[in-house]
Parts: sequence; C-alpha cells; structure tokens
Amino acid sequence: MINGMIVDKSYAAVTGRKGEIINRAMGVDYSKYESGSIAFDYEGMMNDTGYTIEDHFRIQRDHNVGNTPIFELKNLTALARKCAKPGKGARIFVKDEASNPAGSFKERRAAASVYHAKKMGYKGVIAATSGNYGAAVASQAAMQGLKCIIVQECYDSKAIGQPEIVEKARKCEALGAEVLQLSVGPELFYEVLMMLEETGYFNASLYSAFGIGGVETLGYEIAEQFMARCGKHPDVVVCANAGGGNLTGTARGLRKAGCNAQVVAASVDLKGLSMASDEQFNRKSFTTAHTGFGVPYATDPDHSDVPRSAARPLRYMDRYVTVKQGEVFYITEAVATLEGMEKGPAGNTSLAAAFALAQEMDEDQIIVAQETEYTGAGKGIQPQLAFARKNGIELLFGDPNDEIPGKNIIFPARPSLLKARDSDLDRMRASLIRRQITRAKDGIITDADIAYLMEETRATREFVLDVIEKAKA
Amino acid sequence: MAKKNDYVRIHRVVLEPAERTGKLPEDTKKVPLEMWVKGRLVNESANIGDEVEVRTAVGRTEHGTLIEENPCYELNYGSFVPEILDIEESLRGALFGGKEV
Repeated sequence: MINGMIVDKSYAAVTGRKGEIINRAMGVDYSKYESGSIAFDYEGMMNDTGYTIEDHFRIQRDHNVGNTPIFELKNLTALARKCAKPGKGARIFVKDEASNPAGSFKERRAAASVYHAKKMGYKGVIAATSGNYGAAVASQAAMQGLKCIIVQECYDSKAIGQPEIVEKARKCEALGAEVLQLSVGPELFYEVLMMLEETGYFNASLYSAFGIGGVETLGYEIAEQFMARCGKHPDVVVCANAGGGNLTGTARGLRKAGCNAQVVAASVDLKGLSMASDEQFNRKSFTTAHTGFGVPYATDPDHSDVPRSAARPLRYMDRYVTVKQGEVFYITEAVATLEGMEKGPAGNTSLAAAFALAQEMDEDQIIVAQETEYTGAGKGIQPQLAFARKNGIELLFGDPNDEIPGKNIIFPARPSLLKARDSDLDRMRASLIRRQITRAKDGIITDADIAYLMEETRATREFVLDVIEKAKA
Repeated sequence: MAKKNDYVRIHRVVLEPAERTGKLPEDTKKVPLEMWVKGRLVNESANIGDEVEVRTAVGRTEHGTLIEENPCYELNYGSFVPEILDIEESLRGALFGGKEV
C-alpha cells in the first residue's frame, strides 16, 4: 500500500509505471530533452544538473573522494619493453582509484548523486548494481547521512553466489546499507522500481548526468597530474568499459582539461556467454568490465534504468580493445609480484590492455590505465580462480587467443602472448545507428537527426547516410 | 529458534517462472526470480522455515521464509590455485631471470 492505496505490484503494472516512478525518484524531466524524433539534447541534459566540474571537485573533496595518486609501473614497463621491438614500450602508469574510501573510482559517480538526493530532500538512495558502485553509494550515503538500498544480482538458481558479488554485499552491509540480493535475470529493474515506489528514495542511477559528471574529475585529474609530474599529458588513456560511464566521464574530463590523449576502451572478452543465463552465470570469472555489458551498452546506451543515459561511450572512444580473462588475471598477478601492489582483478582490465598497447608505442610516450580497485576475500585472483575451477572451468597456460569463455581460462605462457585485440568500431557505430533510427517520428529522419547520429558515433555524414540507406534496403 | 529483534536472513520468490519477462534464455525461464535479505525479526519468535517479517537496515518491513539466524559471511580466499605460483615464477623469470618473454 502507498498512501492508503492498493498498488498493483505485478510485473506488467510496475514496469508500466516506470516513467512516473523514475521521474519522482530523480526529479529530472527527461522529456524536455527530446526532439520527438531520434535526436535528443545530450549536452543540455549534462549541463542541466546544476553542477559544474568545479562543483563536482568540491563535493568530492568534501566527502573524501578523488585526488588519487598516479603510480609509474616501472617493472611492468621494463617487461613490456622486453616484449616489444627496440625503441618501443611506452611508460605505463596507473591511477590508484582503489585509494578512494570504498575502494574504487565509482565513488566519483556516487558522491554527487547522494549529495543531490540529500539537497532535494530525499531520505535515502537506491542503486541497482552488483559491482563496486554499491559500495560507493553505501559509503557516500553513510558519510552524507542518507539511507541506502543496494539491489544486486548475486546468485544462480542453486543459490551459489559469485564470490566477487558476495564480497560486495558484505562491504555494502558493513557500510550500513540494506542489500537486496536476487537470482539471475533482468527483472532486477522491476525490483528496483518497486523499491523506489515503496520508499520514495532517490534513484542513484549509474547512468544519470550526476554520476557521469562526477567521473569527469578523474579525467581532469589525470591531465593535471601528468602535466605536473611529466611536463606533458599522457598519450593514451585506457578505460575499462562496461556501461560506458567510466569512459564517457573520463574522456569528457580530459577534454575539459585540454588533454587530447587517445581514449581506448578495454573490456574482458566474454563472447558466447549470455548475461541473463542462469546456468552460465557462475561460469564467468568477471562480473563487470566485460563485453557482455560493454558492447550492448555502447551500441544501445538507452536500455538502462533512466530514459536517456548520460554514458555514451561511442561519442568518445578512439579504439575499443578486448583482453581475455586469463590475461587480466595474469596482469593482476604481475602487479602483485612485480610492482608490490595487490589489487582487484576487474580493476586491472585496462592495465592488461595498457601492457599490450604500450608495446605499440615509443619509449618516450605515456600510457595510463585510469583505475585500480580494492581486493579482498572473494574478490581476488585466488578466490575467483578457485571458484572457476570448482565450476568446471579449465585453467591452462598457452595462447590466450584460444580461450573459450565458460570453458577455460588461458594464462599467457609467456608475457609477449598478452594482446589487446581491436574490436570493429564501425560495426558498433552502424549497430547504434540502425537501432536509433527506429525512433524516427513517422519514419522521417531529419537533418538534426543525422547531425545527432554523427555526434553519437563520431562518424562522417557519409557513413551515417550509408548505414541508413542499407537499413532501409 | 529466533526471537524478536534477532538478526536473520529471509528468502522469497519474487516472480514464479510463469510470471517472468519473455526476454530470457530458456534455462532462466524455467526458474523463479528469488530474493534474499537480512533484518531484525518482527515476529515474537520463529523457526527456520517459518514465514516471517523482518525490519531491514533502512527500516522497511520485508517478508519471506526464515533461512538463517545470525547470518554470517562465509566467503574466503578459496582453495589453493598452484597456477598462480607458476604465473609468478614466469613473470619474475621473464623480467629478471633471462627466461623467454
């Protein structure tokens, strides 16, 4: 019951009320950015939050977030140079986002959402996440004095939980949040909608403009830190890519700081595994930063828990590379044994890619993996590999190219076998365009729509028109 | 037996298989959407398997089957994975020991 009224909680009824629930739970009228056709006013939505990047810096500083150190990984660089042609092998750096209070960059995403929720008079915040974002929201809610519910997909139908996600539940509860754990399935959003309706809390969506605006400080800090330390901006910044918010926010921040570094997306290759499959849920060893989120969110950003996502990675990425599960575990061990830093595996996705990409670059160039994440019981190379083996996954040494997600994990037999494999960005751009043109009002694609699609994909007018033409045929 | 205000864990089916959304793989369609949550017991007393109400960390009332009293975390660092030692040796060998990279 809400306000004495009997509320229909069936799946169809609740999802049918999605628009009004989200409006009430965010205080954002998304309809005002719509053109009525394909295009929508992305920058308008980003600028309307009322928070500038200076405001985000202030909110984060006031809540102990950000200003994380950059570390040069000299031994890893030396190893990359041994694998590379003479003169090749860029300096590899990492930004130690694990040093945020709850252990990841996600706090940048959470700080402004929680701050805004409090300012608007909401009593609590809700976030749908199995990842570090839960701990980030729980931490910020604790710090700013709001209640917090985290809804996570955690178990398969045998009630076996992914160790990494079980650890996240522990951390969220340690930080005072209520954790609602669910079995596998996209109906998680139905549960979130019910919780938002029941509590009247703020929807601290991963994909709101508050969240993505908060990540801009990460890119901005990188630009400034490298200028101060190395006298120049980095040449390449690698961002782990799942929902696209990390890359979008970081790239926007780099641009605001006047840094033209190449922005590379990196995801763990989980090709062939269905993210909604009960049986395959525990056959993967990465629960985020993988292609199962990275590709669908890049090509269809607007299928999240907000009508229009602020995370639009195809607008910003110069390359999209994939690495294998075995390679990310391998680099996680390399960071421990060669650099003396124990970090969570998923947070090393961008570093695995950076190790390979550095070998294409000159020695005087700089490449930075822009995050690390905390580690602990359940969330580390040992517990995650032990879990994989228990689930029948073979652990092998060899050429990671031969890795089959859900069947085996192949560690590079030699460091030079670790590769970053380019994804076909044009194919993803075409996929986004084909999907978005279905929104055209009365089937008419306007000039404004074409200009918008060019921005969405960083493609030429000819490319956009060609995809539209082929889609019609 | 759990008493009122004891910290417990409950379980409930949110959607039966027939109530689930159509856009699911076949294996997921066959199983219900389940939920687990913790809180303080609202009932005067209850045994494992009883239908109960709990007060959650944010003060919500939630209902379900009592499955655990004083729920604890059992996650750990997993059983020994010898391959990790091999990775370590291969990395050190490649960087410092003249092994093939």
